[in-house]
Amino acid sequence: MRKRISGLGIYAVAYLVFLYLPVVLLPLFAFNDATIIAFPLSGFTTAWFGQLLEIEALHAAVVNSLWIGVTTAVLSTILGICAARASARFEFPAKRGIMGLIMLPLVLPEIIVAVSLLVVLLGIGIELSSWTVILGHVLICTPFSIAILNSAFLALDRSLEEAAYDLGETRWSTFRLITLPLVMPGIISSLLISFTISLDEFIIAFFLSAAEPTLPVYIWGQLRFPTKIPAIMALGTILVALSILLLAIAEYFRRRGIARTGGKDTGGFL
Amino acid sequence: METLAARFRRWRRGEAAAGLSLVSPTLLYALLLLAAPLATIVAFSFWTQDYLTIDRSFTLANYKEAWSDPLYRELMTRSVAISATVTLVTVVLAFPIAYFVSFHVAPEKKSRWIFLITIPFWTSYLLRVFLWKVILGYNGVLNSGLIGLGLIDEPLTFILYNVNAVVITLAHAWAPFAILPIFVALEKIDRSLLEAAQDLGENRVTTFLRVTLPLAMPGVVAATLIVFIPTIGDYVTPRLVGGPDGLMIANMIQVQFMRLNNAPLGATLAISAMFIVGAISLLFLWLNRRFLKVRQ
Amino acid sequence: MNDAMIALRDVHKYYGDYHALRGISADIRPGEFFSLLGPSGCGKTTLLRVIAGFEDVNSGSLMIDGRHMEEVAPNKRPTNMVFQSYAIFPHLSVAQNVGFGLRRLPIDEAEKTRRIGEALEMVGLAGFGERAATALSGGQRQRVALARALILKPKVLLLDEPLSALDKKLRENMQVELIKLQRQVGITFILVTHDQEEALVMSDRIAVMFDGGIAQLDDPETLYRRPKTRAVADFIGVMNFLPATVTGEGDGYQIEMPGLGRASLTADQAPGAASGGPASVGLRPETLTVLFEGQRGEREVEALVEEVVYYGDMTYYDMRIEGVDDPITLSMRNVPGRDVLERGAKARLGWSPGALVLFR
Repeated sequence: MRKRISGLGIYAVAYLVFLYLPVVLLPLFAFNDATIIAFPLSGFTTAWFGQLLEIEALHAAVVNSLWIGVTTAVLSTILGICAARASARFEFPAKRGIMGLIMLPLVLPEIIVAVSLLVVLLGIGIELSSWTVILGHVLICTPFSIAILNSAFLALDRSLEEAAYDLGETRWSTFRLITLPLVMPGIISSLLISFTISLDEFIIAFFLSAAEPTLPVYIWGQLRFPTKIPAIMALGTILVALSILLLAIAEYFRRRGIARTGGKDTGGFL
Repeated sequence: METLAARFRRWRRGEAAAGLSLVSPTLLYALLLLAAPLATIVAFSFWTQDYLTIDRSFTLANYKEAWSDPLYRELMTRSVAISATVTLVTVVLAFPIAYFVSFHVAPEKKSRWIFLITIPFWTSYLLRVFLWKVILGYNGVLNSGLIGLGLIDEPLTFILYNVNAVVITLAHAWAPFAILPIFVALEKIDRSLLEAAQDLGENRVTTFLRVTLPLAMPGVVAATLIVFIPTIGDYVTPRLVGGPDGLMIANMIQVQFMRLNNAPLGATLAISAMFIVGAISLLFLWLNRRFLKVRQ
Repeated sequence: MNDAMIALRDVHKYYGDYHALRGISADIRPGEFFSLLGPSGCGKTTLLRVIAGFEDVNSGSLMIDGRHMEEVAPNKRPTNMVFQSYAIFPHLSVAQNVGFGLRRLPIDEAEKTRRIGEALEMVGLAGFGERAATALSGGQRQRVALARALILKPKVLLLDEPLSALDKKLRENMQVELIKLQRQVGITFILVTHDQEEALVMSDRIAVMFDGGIAQLDDPETLYRRPKTRAVADFIGVMNFLPATVTGEGDGYQIEMPGLGRASLTADQAPGAASGGPASVGLRPETLTVLFEGQRGEREVEALVEEVVYYGDMTYYDMRIEGVDDPITLSMRNVPGRDVLERGAKARLGWSPGALVLFR
């Protein structure tokens, strides 16, 4: 590929700058010694990070978000494994309709999902809590899990499972010894991505949580206080760094999975 | 010929049974927590609420109100207009970069580019919207930067707390959603088709227009729908950067549910919004099918 | 008492409305190298998978070594399969692959290692045990697949187009190796292939399949010299077809052919049981000869050379015979001292009525 500075290349770089502009501001102003987010910069400080360590409510929200995130990740990955394997391996009646319903949350506005769940839960008389948030999060994370695992299952040569079966294994031991190890990178990706989605999710948590807010809901509450803003920038920096780290790990596992099974890299999760 | 019992035994061992039983936990979950609540919302739109009691008698009063009251009509029209604008801007801006990564980047570097493009998407949406508020504000990053550089004397006011801010913020948020389907469609194009076209006398521009673009259309259509449909229901962006003139239908839905205790009207607004979006999408697909012969 | 290793009786299989296997009946003998041969879509792989247990049958019976198998799952059958893609487990080493089926057997680690070593040696991969499965070439993968299947000492080894992914030279070498392996191990091999040369080279008997049915089941020589139908004759090797009219029947057949004249055939020259009326005859290219100065043939005919194709060891000629619509293909071995004819040259051909096959 001859390297040339083409107009398209300049556009691409400019586009990336546009994409990263807001995100780059976070660390920039998190370490900035000023209460107003504006230029010019006024010196380096870690005071805002220090502030974070003292806020109890924040700690509670973090713990809550982590717990919700992990549970969501596990549950949506399990549901995702079932549906993705069914979809990749078998033909069954009404398959398109069933899969369409399960994947619907991908295109529905979250507010619709949030209010409809709210109405039903309140109508049945279930109290809002972290569990109701988990219910909502699993609903929107499962389609992502399915998308990731579907390509993992499709990449799996069907005759590998037949060979194991032919050599004497049962359906379950075949799944355990052959299928599971080979889709493990997809499973790990699914766990990480579901966790990340849940961690960052706002609307459903806003509608379906009660006394114990998640981290985004907590941040929302703080946004109207100007003095809290720098601390929020610091918090945001940590969150973004964490998300990027998790994603880099997910990407690493995705690539390793491909290398392990000797497949081809088609680029990207989906 | 087979006995009925033998046929049943064969069916049980077969694919359909295995597939259905495997998908059943997820299906059950979706039925209970998605289909049933959505059906309930539809039902609610035909009922009325008085403080905390729901009157279950069938009525179309909510729909009459939602579709005739000027406030709701304005809100709905604005939401559709904003969605359409955001979709147009996002997809048009996304195409060149998808094209760049697909055609001008070496194969082994492609996934790195895609990874770089999608990272911002995975960080907290709430934070990103808030950051745009910080960027576009009167004393914000953009203004203070431009003043500091001497490019303007007074801060710009047309960029925050109105529709412009909503469009900019949403276009930024939805960018990767538009890039990925277009990229996938471009990747699928057999490169030898382009070489054949050039061999037959086309230049680069006409090859693009006659071969590349038509073949990429399914990706463009997918990108359009992926951005358009969820955007109309966005809550956070209008709330944070929209000001009073930039609010969208989701904000009103939330108000009906949480503050005004009028769940039926909220449900009606939600269903109406979905209906409008669905109708526009179908119209869009139909137009594509007729004039561009896009196979989906 | 039927001592067949595999007995199929009137097996039918449907995929929805599609009739994939139409009444298959066959006996496969113990220790035989048996091939299922046919074009794509003829049902040969389906039949193999039925024997392996991966597909059900709608009606009919399958017995392996005297036991009914219709209700038996693949992991419990005395068969093992070498898959077309080889299906080598990518996350395991070569030794782990080969020893995979031993996991369930009540033998200790030392014995397992010994058997794995034995199996690897049998397929010529001694010392490959610790290699990663993804680091093997196509031919090596195939051997691992063979070792993995044979280590379990099945009664029947099923091979699904095992050589189709290999290039020509490798394929020919592997054909010889498979024959030797089968003789060494002594069990029944069932091979699925679309390559008729491969089937002819390797098999004791071949079942030629078209459209879900067995057209003919015979040893290679009988299939080649006495094909029962035109379809079988056309599929195996090259065959010239000429129209003919049956003018008399009795112990044999009297026929008349445009261009070649009359001939008298014996009964076994019509293996597909011809009867009166219009028919066709088949003539293999190697049964025709170009007659040079002073040579005589049993029957002779004049011809014009239309096309010459030189293969190195053989030359193929397309000859125009007066009265015959299509050119006749003839092959001659290239012997030193014998000239290769040129296009447009006149030639005198020799042929023998005993080489004709009559088709209805």
